[in-house]
Amino acid sequence: MVGFLIRRIGQSIIVLFFVTVFTLFLVHLFPGGPIRALLGPKATPQQIAYYNNLYGFNQPFYVQYLKWVGQLFQGNFGYSPKLNLTVASEIGQYLPKTIVLVALGLIVSLLFGIPLGIYQAVRRNSFGDYLLTGISFLGYSTPTFFVGLILVDWFAIDTHVFPAFAPQGTSVGSILADPRALVLPVISYAFVLYALWSRYMRSSTMDNMVQDFVRTARAKGASERRVVWVHVFRNSLISIVTLLGLSLPTLVAGAIFIEVVFNYPGMGLAFYTAALNVDYETLLGFTVLATVATILGNLVADVGYAMLDPRVRY
Amino acid sequence: MADTVTASSASDLGVEPNEKPRGLLRRAWEVFAENKLALVSLGFIIFIILFCFIGPLIYKTNQINTDLSTYLCKPSGAHLLGCDDLGYDELGRLMAGGQTSIEVGLAAAIVSVLFGTLYGAISGFVGGWVDSLMMRIVDAGLSIPYIMLVIILSVIFHPSPAIMIFVIAAFYWLGVARLIRGETLTLRTREYVQAVKVIGGVPMRSVIRHVIPNAIGTIIVQGTFAVADSILILSGLGFLGLGIQAPSTDWGSMLSNGLQYIQGGNYWWLIYPPGIAIILTCIAFNFIGDALRDAFESRLQKR
Repeated sequence: MVGFLIRRIGQSIIVLFFVTVFTLFLVHLFPGGPIRALLGPKATPQQIAYYNNLYGFNQPFYVQYLKWVGQLFQGNFGYSPKLNLTVASEIGQYLPKTIVLVALGLIVSLLFGIPLGIYQAVRRNSFGDYLLTGISFLGYSTPTFFVGLILVDWFAIDTHVFPAFAPQGTSVGSILADPRALVLPVISYAFVLYALWSRYMRSSTMDNMVQDFVRTARAKGASERRVVWVHVFRNSLISIVTLLGLSLPTLVAGAIFIEVVFNYPGMGLAFYTAALNVDYETLLGFTVLATVATILGNLVADVGYAMLDPRVRY
Repeated sequence: MADTVTASSASDLGVEPNEKPRGLLRRAWEVFAENKLALVSLGFIIFIILFCFIGPLIYKTNQINTDLSTYLCKPSGAHLLGCDDLGYDELGRLMAGGQTSIEVGLAAAIVSVLFGTLYGAISGFVGGWVDSLMMRIVDAGLSIPYIMLVIILSVIFHPSPAIMIFVIAAFYWLGVARLIRGETLTLRTREYVQAVKVIGGVPMRSVIRHVIPNAIGTIIVQGTFAVADSILILSGLGFLGLGIQAPSTDWGSMLSNGLQYIQGGNYWWLIYPPGIAIILTCIAFNFIGDALRDAFESRLQKR
């Protein structure tokens, strides 16, 4: 186990190295370089040379890289001249609100996805299974933003049941203070995630239903309900916990579209605004943060899986 | 292509000499054809391709010049699905946008599957530290949330359809590479692959002639899902205004355009046709991918 941990952490460090080199390299891909992107087409060569010197873009790549990584280790994610804010303060402002959206969406989608996925596995090829499979495929095949827009059209514009926009506010408290406005963003986010969990839960439960421990439980005279909800469920839960750690990129992607549709003041909307403004420091800082979180999520998922499932030995 | 695959796989799989040799692809097709949903989906894909590429020859519309006299006009005999805010006929626009969506979706899928397969097969076949290094690069790419990467790339390279293919393939090949590498790890230990080494074949020959043809099931299934995913990503970028730029369009950009009017009145023809086109096309590709996976898996069970 210790050997596995060391090897797995070593892998993550190598991956982190590649990712940071690649993301910093992306900045240099901006047409005319990052400073041209920052100052716009009217900048004179003198201005560009001045700022290149100021920001150190005229230094060799490895010097830039070491300096940048050193800053990251100190929690310095860069500085956005367009917003006159440090990227760290942007993250501090937006991240908690995105976490609220993602957490609510996750809870709702898991509450539906897990039991319905198990139901589908138990009643395989029944009408209910086909119906729910159809709904999952619909979830897979519908653009996230389109789900949001249809809900806005039906429930906000045609019927005025819920507001069309997410709660606006600077603090997490002000977001939670307006739960009605949260309904549509959370439902549209949860719908897309539901497809993921229910499909996964269905196949994982089906795999577990034919395992030896299920036969043993039945032989001992356990009721079918006990077999499914105690023996199979606990084993399927292990893999869904792992999947949670691995699906961080999917969660981020969904959140960006939902935040743009509902004007939800979180990381995704800020990232989108930065993309429109070619605010490369914000783009870079947010991407590095999300990427490091993904790598850590994968690491925790792998290690957690090895610890939760005693059959796994490395 | 089909012939070489058939021939090599039939001999590789050790079909009995007296049994009528049937190719892997034909056996897969037989299982596939039993799946009604998949056949309907395949029919739909053929229909939508004809609709987008042959349709404009029958239903002629002007998709180049704007016409403000038909600004947001309602569906009528002259304009079956009405017009958008620039006076473009919406049904004709749906065909033009569909051409871009389908072309980009197919091309991005082909590019990422070809590159990912080659990369994954080489990585898995060579093994050792080369494999470790190549896979860490894939891990690194996969840990960047793809939507962020795609958004940054489309800010850097102002997107045309050709660039969109590159932008989408730039991350999609990673998942394919990881999958094919896993498949290769099991294939490289098989006797017929070992035999190539023994008789002095170069590694590249094993990869191209034996590993890849035997992973063809996984490759085709992955390619089918890739088309659906690429169309979705393209539409997402179109929605964010970072996708294909006017006067060309795709289904996602059409949606994004129609949304400006969602609050103003009941302009359903601007939103539902492109939205439903995206959903149905992606569902169809997903159903086909699912059926193909069953088809290739059942081949393994019968063997």
